[in-house]
Amino acid sequence: MAVITETKREHRHPQAARRRTPPSLLPQALLLPALLSLLVALAYPLARQVVLSFQEFGLAQQFGRPAEWVGLRNYRELVTDPYLWTVVLRSIAFCLANAAVTMAVGVAVALLMRLMSRPVRILVQSGLLLAWAMPVVAALTVWQFLFDTQYGVINWLLTRLGGDFEGHSWLLEPASFFFVATVVVVWMSVPFVAFTVYAALTQVPDELMEAAEIDGAGPWARVRSVVLPSVKPVLLVVALLQVIWDLRVFTQIFVLQKAGGTTRDTNLLGTYIYRLGIGGGDFGVAAAVAMFMLALTVILTAPYIRLMLAQEKDL
Amino acid sequence: VSRRPRRGVRIAADLTGLLVLLVCVFPVYWMVNTSLLQRRKIRAPDPTWLPFGGTLDNYRRVFEGDRFLNALAISLSVTVLTVLFALVFAFLAAVAVSRFRFRGRASFIVALLLIQMIPVEALFISQYKMLEGLQLLNTVAGLTIFYVAAVLPFTVWTLRGFVTGVPYELEEAAMIDGCSRFQAFLRVTFPLLAPGLVATGVFGFIQAWNEFTLAVVVMTREDRMTLPVWLTTFNEVNRGTDWGAVMAGSTLIAIPVVVFFLIVQGRMVSGLTAGAVKG
Repeated sequence: MAVITETKREHRHPQAARRRTPPSLLPQALLLPALLSLLVALAYPLARQVVLSFQEFGLAQQFGRPAEWVGLRNYRELVTDPYLWTVVLRSIAFCLANAAVTMAVGVAVALLMRLMSRPVRILVQSGLLLAWAMPVVAALTVWQFLFDTQYGVINWLLTRLGGDFEGHSWLLEPASFFFVATVVVVWMSVPFVAFTVYAALTQVPDELMEAAEIDGAGPWARVRSVVLPSVKPVLLVVALLQVIWDLRVFTQIFVLQKAGGTTRDTNLLGTYIYRLGIGGGDFGVAAAVAMFMLALTVILTAPYIRLMLAQEKDL
Repeated sequence: VSRRPRRGVRIAADLTGLLVLLVCVFPVYWMVNTSLLQRRKIRAPDPTWLPFGGTLDNYRRVFEGDRFLNALAISLSVTVLTVLFALVFAFLAAVAVSRFRFRGRASFIVALLLIQMIPVEALFISQYKMLEGLQLLNTVAGLTIFYVAAVLPFTVWTLRGFVTGVPYELEEAAMIDGCSRFQAFLRVTFPLLAPGLVATGVFGFIQAWNEFTLAVVVMTREDRMTLPVWLTTFNEVNRGTDWGAVMAGSTLIAIPVVVFFLIVQGRMVSGLTAGAVKG
């Protein structure tokens, strides 16, 4: 494939071909700093993590005892630990639920934006941008305040509406803990989905919609059989990205755990690795869980990479 | 768009839109509003919706002691260093990838895409061990090493788009007029890239400024915290007792990001939808 693109380029750019004639190492030299940075900061830790995951590396090693090779013991320990599977399933469930809700809300907002009057649409877009721009920790802190037991507006509002929410603690029960986490994650992720899908929607040709209308398709039928199929590639990419991003949710869970909620009942993969390694000093097992998470990500990412490469003609 | 929805549909869509607007804006508004209210008003049984007769006391309490300014200094150093290194490294790489054909070029681009998808959460254990071994835990240098690599893939990817967008024919014309290849690049292409460099740099700034996970893992000492880590500990201490100061802290952290984001978003949004990714 590379050969084909090269000949094409040469055809288009005679100069480009000529300037390559004395084989120079200039491009490789230009890549060097970036490559070195990636090697030092990512490739080396990754290789080291593989090694670490086959070693016993606990507190004793922290204090200088050499790490001991234990083969697959860390992995065996993990696979037979029902808690790991609880965390894995919980992470996957949380990830899929969040991605699904984000997609549903994002697509709905995008479709709505098509129907709004111009001034309202501009207002909505500015609002979405504002939510998108908020730093995670700032948004997280505000939402904690909104859900606060004593002074939170949400408890105040729900009590006003006739609920029994006076002094209600949202983070105590795992289910409502994850509800709050989902609200924060979805609030932050919807703008990206809404904007991207809206941009794709504006590309759907009007003639197509008119033709469907003439053929007697109602509004819902038009969305289902004209609009959705034409934006399907974009929806696919965006949904995949949401799944990949939501699998790694860390900050929201980590911070909310500190505000209440039992760690054991609310750990997801990221916080579990943190508690095992940084918190508990068991770096070998933590590295094994991290490898597990990496594998899960690779499986999820493969279709995304394939889609991206299919889009890239200039490779 | 030539098609106009029926009036009923439009009114319903507008009303729902206003609801969406409220959900988007209210948390941000509430942060700023609360940050300007007296403690007494925040603790009153009914919320105070507008900050009339407000106060800056909450902000004063954020600046009490040197915790906040300390974290600000750390955050600024890490962020500025990250942007500088990432921009230079990424710019060189982007030029290589978009102006030359060479062996390994395609694999480099694919590798960038792959790397972008690696979650920090799956790597921070060994990144922590690495810095520990190098005695770089709790240092600006240590965190910067990782941040540069973290923003590089996106930065290269975006800059590559900008470099490709400047036609090579312009450089050729300058070379015919007697410029050397390097001069042609420097005098013709580089100035045209300035907006792209600024936008990409701002994006890197936002990412490094907001990053939490690695910062909390690597900067464990209280006097070495970055702003996001500072905010979460400040929140832990004052939650329930001093929400006003907590909201003032959040506002201070959010302001530069929101401003920068709104400046570059047009450029970045089009980049995103054109197939570039953010991580």
